[in-house]
Amino acid sequence: MSTATHAKRGNPVVYVAALALIGVMLGPVVYIIIGGFRTNSQITTDPAGLPDPWQFGNYADVLTGDTFWLQVTNSTITAVITTAGVVTLGVMASYVLARYHFRGRGAMYALFAAGLMFPPTVAITPLYVLIKNLGLVNTLPGIILPQIAFSLPTTIIILVPFLRAIPRELEEAAFIDRCSRLGFFWRMVLPLSVPGLITVGILAFVNSWNSYLLPLFILNDQETFTLPLGVQAFASQYSVDTAKVLAFTSLSMIPALVFFSLFERRIVGGLTGAVKG
Amino acid sequence: MSLTSGTRVRDGGGVAAPPPARPRRRGIGWAQRLEIVALSGPAILMFVGFVITPVLLAAYYGFYRWKGFGPPTNFVGLDNYVTILQDKLFHEALWHNAQIVVLSLVLQGPIALGLALLLNKKMRGQSIVRVLIFVPYVISEVIVGTAWALLLQSQGAVNGVLRSIGLEGLAKDWLADPSLAIWTLMLILTWKYVGFAVILFLAGMQNIPEELSEAAAMDGATYWQTQWRITLPLLGPTIRIWGFLSVIGALQLFDLVYIIWGQYVASTAGTSTMATYMVSEGRNAGNYGYGNAVAVVLFIISMIIALVYQRLVLRRDTEGALTGGR
Repeated sequence: MSTATHAKRGNPVVYVAALALIGVMLGPVVYIIIGGFRTNSQITTDPAGLPDPWQFGNYADVLTGDTFWLQVTNSTITAVITTAGVVTLGVMASYVLARYHFRGRGAMYALFAAGLMFPPTVAITPLYVLIKNLGLVNTLPGIILPQIAFSLPTTIIILVPFLRAIPRELEEAAFIDRCSRLGFFWRMVLPLSVPGLITVGILAFVNSWNSYLLPLFILNDQETFTLPLGVQAFASQYSVDTAKVLAFTSLSMIPALVFFSLFERRIVGGLTGAVKG
Repeated sequence: MSLTSGTRVRDGGGVAAPPPARPRRRGIGWAQRLEIVALSGPAILMFVGFVITPVLLAAYYGFYRWKGFGPPTNFVGLDNYVTILQDKLFHEALWHNAQIVVLSLVLQGPIALGLALLLNKKMRGQSIVRVLIFVPYVISEVIVGTAWALLLQSQGAVNGVLRSIGLEGLAKDWLADPSLAIWTLMLILTWKYVGFAVILFLAGMQNIPEELSEAAAMDGATYWQTQWRITLPLLGPTIRIWGFLSVIGALQLFDLVYIIWGQYVASTAGTSTMATYMVSEGRNAGNYGYGNAVAVVLFIISMIIALVYQRLVLRRDTEGALTGGR
């Protein structure tokens, strides 16, 4: 929605407001990043100052240590497989919900929609028991599988309207050309729904990357730690070495930030179909 | 929404239920049934296996006193539930949750609306501002928690700045002072999650046809009149959906509290939630039966509130989205 007719391009109030806003939103993040360039004594004497002189040792230590990279690897494997799983299963189920007509479709939709009400918190204790019985404690599949399951509701709710918006004429034309429903799904629906898939993919990736509660329950072995657990372990292990903790923390947030920044537009665009009434 | 574009009307609105089935051909063939099963089967299996089953298991384990090893044998009936409902710590956690639910709506809603309106204006550097404002939402709870804990501790940067600009009196023990801690938590929550609301609102605003505000402008409406009379009402459904997600999130809040206040300090600082109570009294104490009972209570409370919210607030826009469009 444009307010172009009224928008004064240079309205200073808007810019000042925007700047103040950025300051508030970014302040703590900048503090973490800059803090990593200071020494502990600098931080103790003046908690809010700038590095003087700039120290690169903290970042270098973290980057040359094994722990960080091990956790990056674990987080990456988990997030990539989770994303692939959610997108694959999600688009298949959404296609059925969007384009097939059968008894029980309403119930199936309701089943997934009800999942929106229940983030993992409610199920975590029994989920831990279940994962333990499956022998998956301290393994990455032990968090990947539940993550896929818990991301399905959001994915499906976003994708169904997306797939339903594909014009019916296209489907009819494809059938006239003797394309099967599955062929239509493969050749037309998938390519056309790429923007939606990217949206749900990013959300799944970022959620997995940041996930804390599930790994906290399932992963106890340092070898399998993902970054959030790693950050916390690092923070308690080096609780006196604040600067190093800050360096570790800032490095661990880079991937999710990069990912999100690249696709921010897609996310807003992809949700457009999903949030309207 | 009758005012949105043609296709939109036809597909009945995002979170909403599937539209009434078109005149359907009689029955569906075996091939189609097979396709339906093959396509949706895996998702349903995963969902039932890892989401529904645990919730049912919780109901079962909740009746036992059980340390988590071997099958539960010590059946105690409703004892766990009686203990929970009588535990003062749980009452406190429930009260904190209630405060968080209400304050989240009251604080984040208006702020997010303002920000979304601001970001929806055409201005230079808009795309950068939009990316930057989402930064807190994108970084993990652990990072947010670690950073704010460092910033807000009594010798931390926030107090440091306050002292250096001569506002000694404002330097407080933000995290440990019980009269202050819940507000500190709200501040951090707002900072962290307002971006999510802004994303939703911005997405909702994209659905409002430009012609409407152009027409309003032509009739001499000011910017604020346009926002108040056109944007806001048309954004209603989005706002109500956001409210739903916010309430559910606030009820189940765990990560930030647990990371910043830890499992022990949270209750003395007055920030414990039902979820942190569940983890510290259940898993950390080794009482898995009890933890599961707490999960059931949390589940029931969330569900009641979700259903009430849906009946009272969501009803008119989603027409049963969450119960599957009867």
